[in-house]
Amino acid sequence: MVDESDVRRIAELADVGIPADVLPTFTAQFNRILEYFDILDTLGDARAGERRLHTVLREDEPCPSLPQEAVLGNAAESEDGFVKAPRVM
Amino acid sequence: MEDRYNAYLLRSDEPGGSTGLLAGRTVAVKDNISTAGLETTCGSRILKGYVPPYDAHVVALLREAGAAINGKTNMDEFGMGSTTENSGFGPTLNPVDTTRVPGGSSGGSAAAVAGGLAELALGTDTGGSIRCPAAFCGIVGMKPTYGRVSRYGLVAYANSLETIGPMARTVGDVSTLFRVIARPDPRDTTMQGRPYEHDPEPTVAGRRIGVPAEFFGEGVDPRVAARVEEAIETLRACGATIVPVSMPSMSSALAAYYVTCTSEASSNLARYDGVRYGPGGETARPWHEAFTGVRGGHFGEEVRRRILLGTFALSAGYYGKYYGKAQTARAMVAADFERLFGQVDLLAGPTMPTVAFRLGELADPLSMYLADILTVPANLAGVPAISVPCGTVDGLPVGLQLMGRMFDDEGVIDAAAAYEAEASS
Repeated sequence: MVDESDVRRIAELADVGIPADVLPTFTAQFNRILEYFDILDTLGDARAGERRLHTVLREDEPCPSLPQEAVLGNAAESEDGFVKAPRVM
Repeated sequence: MEDRYNAYLLRSDEPGGSTGLLAGRTVAVKDNISTAGLETTCGSRILKGYVPPYDAHVVALLREAGAAINGKTNMDEFGMGSTTENSGFGPTLNPVDTTRVPGGSSGGSAAAVAGGLAELALGTDTGGSIRCPAAFCGIVGMKPTYGRVSRYGLVAYANSLETIGPMARTVGDVSTLFRVIARPDPRDTTMQGRPYEHDPEPTVAGRRIGVPAEFFGEGVDPRVAARVEEAIETLRACGATIVPVSMPSMSSALAAYYVTCTSEASSNLARYDGVRYGPGGETARPWHEAFTGVRGGHFGEEVRRRILLGTFALSAGYYGKYYGKAQTARAMVAADFERLFGQVDLLAGPTMPTVAFRLGELADPLSMYLADILTVPANLAGVPAISVPCGTVDGLPVGLQLMGRMFDDEGVIDAAAAYEAEASS
């Protein structure tokens, strides 16, 4: 079970805002889903089996990429060939 | 033709080519598949205005085959839903009954085909998102074996589960579209290099078809079950041997699916911060605040719920309880399929436990998740599965689901073709 402050904290970690007026309903729905997930607890400690699909690896080789204008074309703001992002420091 | 179902988010009038397997045939493309020069939003307001600078591999193959791509279809935001009501751009209506949902998340693609707006469509299937709308709209939809169709250019939601697949009115058209898109592509490292070059043979003579009791269990509408049992009798009449079987791993399959897909979503959707694409943020604000503003303001409620569930399931102290256990449950589902495919060639059951819901009927998220119980096992194991129409209940379509061994997409298509031929004769 999680409470409203837990949901608010997870939402902060994920950079997803949950408005205060929907928080109680959201938390109740969240708990019903987590309760349903509890069925996984009945599985005991059996180890997961090996997946039959294998990752295919190759050497890194330089190859042509998209032109810079095409990549920047979707950015809301760009400057001197760079994407403009919010301040980090 | 007017789009009365809100099937499309964008319509286009590319003429198509004069040669190739799909010469001049109209194909609708789900909006989470990248199309160079055509806006691609994944049904999300956070990608409004995004125009991909490149084509997905499947789209390049469509163009090579002469297809006339006639638009991008509506969907549950990022594929998260079973009704197409979670689209950021309004719900799609079911052409069979416009008071009902078309299913989801590829509801726009299904409605485009069922409503006669496109001959063929591409959908994507993470937990049933091709098969569910195919069943609800009365068309054919196939989730191929994982690794048979390149995901290059598919906007990722849950990489380990999702596949691109064909939708059409007939099994023959599904096979043709599958033939076009199932080609090797080194840019998707999960590709297994197994092109599909099969001409459907409508026969099940001598084949063994298992019917898991769990596919007719609690929550399955008895009238839907009756239609599907009749369809299985038809397959018996065509020469198949019907074998009652059991799939105990079904009890934890849905929880395993939702833990896995939300965990993958929480990671995949971290990229939507409004900086490289999307609505843009306030670059003067600190990044945490700016990102939360963009994401909180543009993601729909179900997307936020799944990001939060995934973030929680992967968090310190809960990883073993949720994600770790879900992978164990997933391996049990795969083991069940492997055991059963030692005894039978195919498995059959309903695609969906009910007919199409009324618009707004599934307001509670957990109720919507539960509707996916019969489709998620194939995604967890990676096996091919098809939904083919098998009659109606109160005028609403019912889908027969056929599942096969890994890379036996051919066998699944042959059995579906056999049923279709017999049912229409």
